[in-house]
Amino acid sequence: MEFFKQVDLDWMGKAKYFVALSLTLLLLGMISLISKGGPYYGIDFKGGTMVNVRFAGPPPVDQLRSGLVREGLGQSVIQPISDISNPNSNEVLIGLEEKGQGAEALDAGKTAILNALHATLGSGEAGKQDFNAAGAQAIADALTRKDPLGLGTNAGDRYNQLARQLVIYRDRDRHGIVTNLNDLSAAGATPAVIAALRDSFYTGEFAIINVEIVGPKVGSELRRQAVLVTLYALGGMLVYIAFRFEWVYGAAAVLAVFHDVLITLGLFSIFHFEISLTVIAALLTLVGYSMNDTIVIFDRIRENLRLMRREPFPKIVNRSINQTLSRTILTSGLTFLTVMVLYLMGGQVLRAFSFALVVGIMVGTYSSFGIAAPLVVAWNHWRAPAATAVETGTAAGTKSRKG
Amino acid sequence: MSSNLKWKALFISAVIVACFVGLVGMPDKPTSWAGIKSNFASNIKLGLDLQGGTHLILQVQVQEAVSQETDQMLDHLMTQLRDKNIKYEELRKLNDTQILAHNIAPEQAGAVSNLVKDLYPDWQIAPAPGEASGYLLTISPTRIASIQQQTMDQAEETIRRRIDALGLTEPLVAPYGRGDNEIIVELPGEGDPNRAKSVIQAGGQLELHLVLDTTAYNSEAAAMAAHGGVLPPNAQIVQGKSSASGTSQSAGESWYVIDRAPVVTGRDLRSATPIRSTKNIGFYDVDFTLSTEAGRRFGPFTEQNIGKQLGIVLEHKLETAPVINGRIEDTGVIEGRFGEQEANDLALVLKSGALPASIKYLEERTVGPSLGADSIRQGFRASIVSLIVVMVFMVFYYRLSGVNAVVALLLNLVILLAALAYFGAVLTLPGIAGVILTIGMGVDSNVLIFERIREELRAGKAPVSAVDLGFKRAFLTIIDTHVTTVVSALFLGLFGTGPVRGFAITLVIGLLANLFTSVYVSRVIFDWHLVKMPREAELSI
Repeated sequence: MEFFKQVDLDWMGKAKYFVALSLTLLLLGMISLISKGGPYYGIDFKGGTMVNVRFAGPPPVDQLRSGLVREGLGQSVIQPISDISNPNSNEVLIGLEEKGQGAEALDAGKTAILNALHATLGSGEAGKQDFNAAGAQAIADALTRKDPLGLGTNAGDRYNQLARQLVIYRDRDRHGIVTNLNDLSAAGATPAVIAALRDSFYTGEFAIINVEIVGPKVGSELRRQAVLVTLYALGGMLVYIAFRFEWVYGAAAVLAVFHDVLITLGLFSIFHFEISLTVIAALLTLVGYSMNDTIVIFDRIRENLRLMRREPFPKIVNRSINQTLSRTILTSGLTFLTVMVLYLMGGQVLRAFSFALVVGIMVGTYSSFGIAAPLVVAWNHWRAPAATAVETGTAAGTKSRKG
Repeated sequence: MSSNLKWKALFISAVIVACFVGLVGMPDKPTSWAGIKSNFASNIKLGLDLQGGTHLILQVQVQEAVSQETDQMLDHLMTQLRDKNIKYEELRKLNDTQILAHNIAPEQAGAVSNLVKDLYPDWQIAPAPGEASGYLLTISPTRIASIQQQTMDQAEETIRRRIDALGLTEPLVAPYGRGDNEIIVELPGEGDPNRAKSVIQAGGQLELHLVLDTTAYNSEAAAMAAHGGVLPPNAQIVQGKSSASGTSQSAGESWYVIDRAPVVTGRDLRSATPIRSTKNIGFYDVDFTLSTEAGRRFGPFTEQNIGKQLGIVLEHKLETAPVINGRIEDTGVIEGRFGEQEANDLALVLKSGALPASIKYLEERTVGPSLGADSIRQGFRASIVSLIVVMVFMVFYYRLSGVNAVVALLLNLVILLAALAYFGAVLTLPGIAGVILTIGMGVDSNVLIFERIREELRAGKAPVSAVDLGFKRAFLTIIDTHVTTVVSALFLGLFGTGPVRGFAITLVIGLLANLFTSVYVSRVIFDWHLVKMPREAELSI
C-alpha cells in the first residue's frame, strides 16, 4: 500500500506562512521564558536537593508541608507525581533549592527533609529499624541473631539468601513499601521468620526511593557545558554539511536546527517541564534527528539540480520535498509513535526527556521543509535575482556528488 | 552471484552467532532457560539508575598540599639561614605559594639567593616589590602542578582502598572528567551513602607522641600558662577527645602538652584490626602492629620512657594516653570506647593511610532499588510496545519487503545489545530510551531505500535493477544522516556522565549496527529473494 503516490504541492510558495508560524512559536516561547524569569532548571543545573518519597497510601501533602516548615524548610516545594501508567503511585518529590550555603555540608538539606518526614509520619517504634529502609545485610543480621528456623551453626548462607529474597520482593513486587510484615509470607517467609522480623523491624509509612544533591558550583558549570556542547555539535554539523554540500546548505540546516532547539525550549517553559541533564541529551538527539530530515531533502535537491537543469530553483526544491514526502511522513510518524510510547509508558524519570523528543520530532520534521529549504531558496534568490534558473542551479550544485 | 550470496549469508550468520554467544552464551554454557536468563543478566551491565546505588562526586582540595609544601619550605629555610648565620628580620608565609623574607642584610643577599638556587630548585627568588632588602620566594608552577597531580593520585588511591575494604560489589573510584581535581565514586546497590562518606572523609592521621606533662588542662590557655606562657620549642598542645581514657581527666574539655615530633605515624602501621575491649565491656578497641623498621625505633623508645604516658593522636586529637608499662616492640591498642562498626571503620582508615588533603562533596545521588526495578519494567514495556507498533506498520505498508525490514530491525537490536555486552558498556535508563529511539530511527534507512525502489519501479525498471538502484541512490543519504547523528551523540558522550553517556553510547552503537543491517543484511535478503523469484513476478513492496 501507499499513502502518497504523486504529490505536487507548492511548498516554497507557502514559505511566508511557515516563517509566520515559526516566528509566532518563537515569540510565544520567548514571552513565556521572560515572564517566568528564564528557563526552569532542574537541580542538575541550579543545584539543590531533591528527595523522591513513596508512601504506603495517598501522600499526606499538607501535613508534610507543615512538617517541612517546622524544620525551617518553608521554601521547599512538594510536587506529587502522577503517572499515566501508574496513576496511584503515591509519590512526591520534595525539592529544596540551593540556598548558597557554602560551609554547610552538602547533604544538610537532605537531613532536614528526612527529619521533617520522620517528625510528620512518626519514626516508628523505639529500638526497631524501619523495614522499608533496611538493606539486605541488616535483615540478614537480624535473622541470624534470632535464628527463627533453628538452624544453629548450620545456617550457612540461608539467612542471607532469605534476606535478599525479601528485599527483592519488597522492591520489585511491592515497589519498595511493605505495609505489613505478614505480607512477607508471599516471599517465602514462614510465621517464625515474620515473628523474628517483628522483633527487630517496624514497617515505616514511606520509603526514600531517590535522592539527588547537586552543589551550586556543579550546577553553573554544567549549565555552561551544556550550552557549549550544543554549540559544538551544531558547529560540527555545519562543517560536515558544508563539506558534503555547500556552506549555504550547512548554514541553513544549522539555523533550522537552532530554531528547533529554541522552540523546544520555549515549549518546555510553556508546559513547565524541568531542564535536566537528560533533557540536554534529548535536545542533542533532536539536533541529530532534525538534521537527518533536512539532509534527506538537501540530498534530493542536489540530485534534482543535475536532472532538471532548466527548471527554476524553487520548483526543484518543491519537487524534492514532494518526492521525499512519503519517506518523511513515514519515518517521522514511526519515530513519533515510538517516542510517544516512551512518553506515555517510560515512567516519571523519562517524562521530560521524552517530551523533548515528542516536540522535537514534530518541530524537526517541520523545520526541514518550513525553514531550511526556504532559507536556501531565499539565498539563491538574493544572490542572483536576475540570473536564469540554469545559472542558479549550477551555482548551488557546484560541489556535485562525490563518489 | 549465487556463491557470492552464500558467503554473504555465511558472514551474516557468523555475526548472529557471535551476538548470541556474547549475550547469552557466556560466561557458562547455558543448559536451561534459567541459565540463559542469568547469563543475559550478567552480560548486560546495568547502570546505577537501573540497579540502584549511590553516586558521589568529590573534590580534593589540592591547594592544601601546596600550602603544606610552603610550610615545610619555611621550616627548612629557617634552619638553613640559622645554620649559615644569615640575618633577617622576618620570614613568613605570604600565601599558599609564596614566602616573604624581610630585611636581609645587603651583604648576605647573594648568599641567600645562592642557597635557594642550589638547594631548592623548585623555588624562585626575586626582590620583593616595594622593599629595598626584602625577597619573595615563589614555588614554581611545574612543582605546583606535580604536587597537585601527586595529591590527586594519592587521594584516589587512598579512597579506593577504603571503599574496597567496605566489601561492596564492583565499586568505582575514578578521576572525574571536568578536570577540577574531582573524583567520582559509584557504589552499586548501596542505598545509604552515609557510611561510605564517613569512611572516605575520615582523615586517618595517626601519630604517637610522648606526653610531656601528666596534667590535663581545661583549656589551651591554662596549658600554656602552666608552662610560663611560652612553650618549649619541642612541645605542642593538643585537644583530647572528651572520652579519652587512661588520663586523670574526667569531663569537659581537656588539653595536653605533648612532644612535637611523633615517634610513630600511620605510615609505620603494618596492620590494624578491631578487637573486643577487655576493659570496657561491650565496646571495641583497635589493635595495631608496626612495621619491623618502626618497631626497631619503638622498642628502645618505650624502654627509655617507662612510666611516662604515650599519647595516641588521631586527627590532631588525643584519643588516649596510656602509661608505658614496659618495652613494647611493635604492637599497640587504641582504646576509644568504639562501637563495632566504628572500630571496623577506624581500623580500615588507619590501614589505608591518611588522605593527602581534605575533600569536599559536590554531588550526591542515591537511587533506591525499587525505583530501578520500576524503571527497568517501564523501559522494557515501552520498548516492546514501540517494537510491535513499528513491526506491524512496516509489514502492513511494505508487505514482504516489510518483513525484510523487520528482520533487519530485530538484528539491529540484537547487535546493539551484544555490542553493549562485548564492550562492557553500561545500560542506563536513558540508554533504554536510546534503544527505543533506535527502533524508530532504525527503520528510517529501510524506508529511504524502499521508497527509492518504489520510485524506480514506478519509472518502469525491472525488479532487479530497481533494487540495485534503490540501494545505491539511498546509500549516500543514509551515510549523511548517520554521520550527523553520530556527531551530535559523540559530543554528548564527551560531555555527559553516567546516564547521559549511556544514552550516547547506545545511540552510536545502534546507528552503526543500523548501517550493517539496513544496507548490507537487507540487500542480501533482497538478492536472495530476487534469485528465487520467477523473472516476471512483481516485487512485494
